[in-house]
Amino acid sequence: MAITVTEAAARHIEKSLARRGKGIGIRLGVQTSGCSGMAYKLEFVDVTGEDDQVFECHGVRIVVDGKSLVYLDGTELDFVREGLNEGFKFNNPNAKSQCGCGESFSV
Amino acid sequence: MALLQIAEPQDAAAPHQHRWALGIDLGTTHSLVAVVRNGAPECLPDEDGHCLLPSVVRYEADGAVRIGHEAAAQRGAIASVKRLMGRGYADIPNRESIALDLLEGDGMVRLHTAQGVKTPVEVSARILGALAERARASLGDDFVGAVITVPAYFDDAQRQATKDAARLAGIHVLRLLNEPTAAALAYGLDRAAEGVFAIYDLGGGTFDLSILRLSRGLFEVIATHGDSALGGDDFDHRIYCWMLEQARIAPPCPADIARMMRAARAAKEALTQDERARIALTLDSGEAIDLTLTRDTFFAMTSLLLEKTLASVRAALRDANLAANDIDGVVLVGGATRMPHVRRAVAEFFGKEPLVDLNPDQVVALGAARQANILAGNRDAHEDWLLLDVIPLSLGVEMLGGLAEKIIPRNATLPVARAQEFTTARDGQTAMSIHVVQGEREMVADCRSLARFELRGIPPMVAGAARIRVTFQVDADGLLTVRAREESTGVEANISVQPSYGLTDTEIADMLRASLAHAADDRDARALAEARLEGEQLLAATASAMAADGDLLSADERAAIDQHCAALTDAIAHAQDTVAVYHATEALASATEAFAARRMNRSIRRALAGKNIDELELPK
Repeated sequence: MAITVTEAAARHIEKSLARRGKGIGIRLGVQTSGCSGMAYKLEFVDVTGEDDQVFECHGVRIVVDGKSLVYLDGTELDFVREGLNEGFKFNNPNAKSQCGCGESFSV
Repeated sequence: MALLQIAEPQDAAAPHQHRWALGIDLGTTHSLVAVVRNGAPECLPDEDGHCLLPSVVRYEADGAVRIGHEAAAQRGAIASVKRLMGRGYADIPNRESIALDLLEGDGMVRLHTAQGVKTPVEVSARILGALAERARASLGDDFVGAVITVPAYFDDAQRQATKDAARLAGIHVLRLLNEPTAAALAYGLDRAAEGVFAIYDLGGGTFDLSILRLSRGLFEVIATHGDSALGGDDFDHRIYCWMLEQARIAPPCPADIARMMRAARAAKEALTQDERARIALTLDSGEAIDLTLTRDTFFAMTSLLLEKTLASVRAALRDANLAANDIDGVVLVGGATRMPHVRRAVAEFFGKEPLVDLNPDQVVALGAARQANILAGNRDAHEDWLLLDVIPLSLGVEMLGGLAEKIIPRNATLPVARAQEFTTARDGQTAMSIHVVQGEREMVADCRSLARFELRGIPPMVAGAARIRVTFQVDADGLLTVRAREESTGVEANISVQPSYGLTDTEIADMLRASLAHAADDRDARALAEARLEGEQLLAATASAMAADGDLLSADERAAIDQHCAALTDAIAHAQDTVAVYHATEALASATEAFAARRMNRSIRRALAGKNIDELELPK
């Protein structure tokens, strides 16, 4: 089981953490909501919990809780620029469909 | 897909402005209001600089209502109404001794006043209202609510009456807090990992001794004992009796009694600082009293009162199965604990110096203010202590297909409210069954069922058009209220349940472990349920389309669609394989594509038929 981030995502995470001034990495997770069942969440991490798994990739720490991991296994987190917009994108091999707004996905 | 940004962790305080929240000590003789300002709790004084508001209300015949100091000095004022809160007429012990005009009422006892019959709740609301007014004058209008303290022994009826009084006064109650717990919070005792503490509360007219156990950040009241007719006033009364003996005067008139009681109180307060106090006054009869009271004399004549409080302490320790030296700390509450011999007796009894740094009149209100400040969402970086109740297991509702949709996540701090919108699954559906469940698993069958209720009267609409807002609200006492409301008509239904009722810590832990152990199974079960759901929705849509526009289909086409419908129905009923259900759904979807296009054409033609081009509203 593994979660990876692209080089671009790793650089942006480092920059964001530096700007924030604290935090040991970022947390990837899923929560049940949105119109297609699941939605991703992306948060800074200050402390890890008991059932968290920690991955290291391109020098940044990625924290995923045990429950989310079954939905995210194999996911690559990318940082992209689309027109004027820039942000993180989940390339999740488990996702079978996404809803129109892109907020949620289902497996 | 939408691009995401990194968010702050959910449990960190969102950047926001400071929100004021009040701590209110609604006492038998005095009440106070405190607030956390610049990180430290402080009591708010009135215009004259008094922090203490006498818990006295007087209803005047002319319609005015006097509260506090201006009511205290008058006859016919209502005092000590706290003793009546939530009590029926028959429940009130030694009614004769209460100088109030009590009436039997439905449920709670009532009071006869110059403005008609009032309940103790209304009287308390006046006191709370006066404190809120004081807070408004000092902080402005925008405080979010208050933590109000109640004695640890208050039962549900008394607590509910206190909440009702606050509501009547227009104060949002963040939480009711036990007075001894508030005192412990004021001293920051919750910062210790664990311990057992005694709270010795000698007020004006009541004495309470509570033993608290702190473990994992939560205080539990393990024993309480007290005397509801023993307080600082009794010490005054001892001095008054001594004055009568020493001065050898005739039985005084009421005005002289009041005068002598005031002199007695002044002498008691003076003896806190000084070795001796002079009592000099002239009575209406012309007789003069001029006495000197020494500390030793005062201590000797009140030693029996002090011994009564220590008897309560022993009884509470016995109830808790503890010895005096098991107590890790002692907190003194109440103005009467300023008396040096009270402090000395308590210190000797427990074998350690009690905590006395804070003003004993204010301790409870200060602790309540700290708690209120946290409940309002204000947390300083260095303040990592938390005395909050959290939801032990997620709360949610059952969705079509047996899926559990979580509405309030586990570990959300109380009080909390969350809402989510749902819709109907069938055309013309007029009722919805709301099944409230608790647990971390994805399938309802693996969660704990809490309650079911129905929302009726949804207007018939096509599936997916109705908007039903389901609100989950858990108050600070852990009471869950679920409300479902159809937004277009406003029809509403609701239910209340106690989610933690009957669940032990081990059961909660087991439920959590199960959710982690079954994460993968749950994902598959959820996927299958979702696939089935999607298939069922397509079947329903196809059936209603064929009923409406079946004439658009040739016999062959109809047979093909029927066959795909049957295959999908079979897959939904029997297949344990998500992929099989998906394939059957997709097959039916492609088989009905041409049909759907023809229906679309027909409805457009219908909409346009017979209309002049000018009548159409074209997008500009």
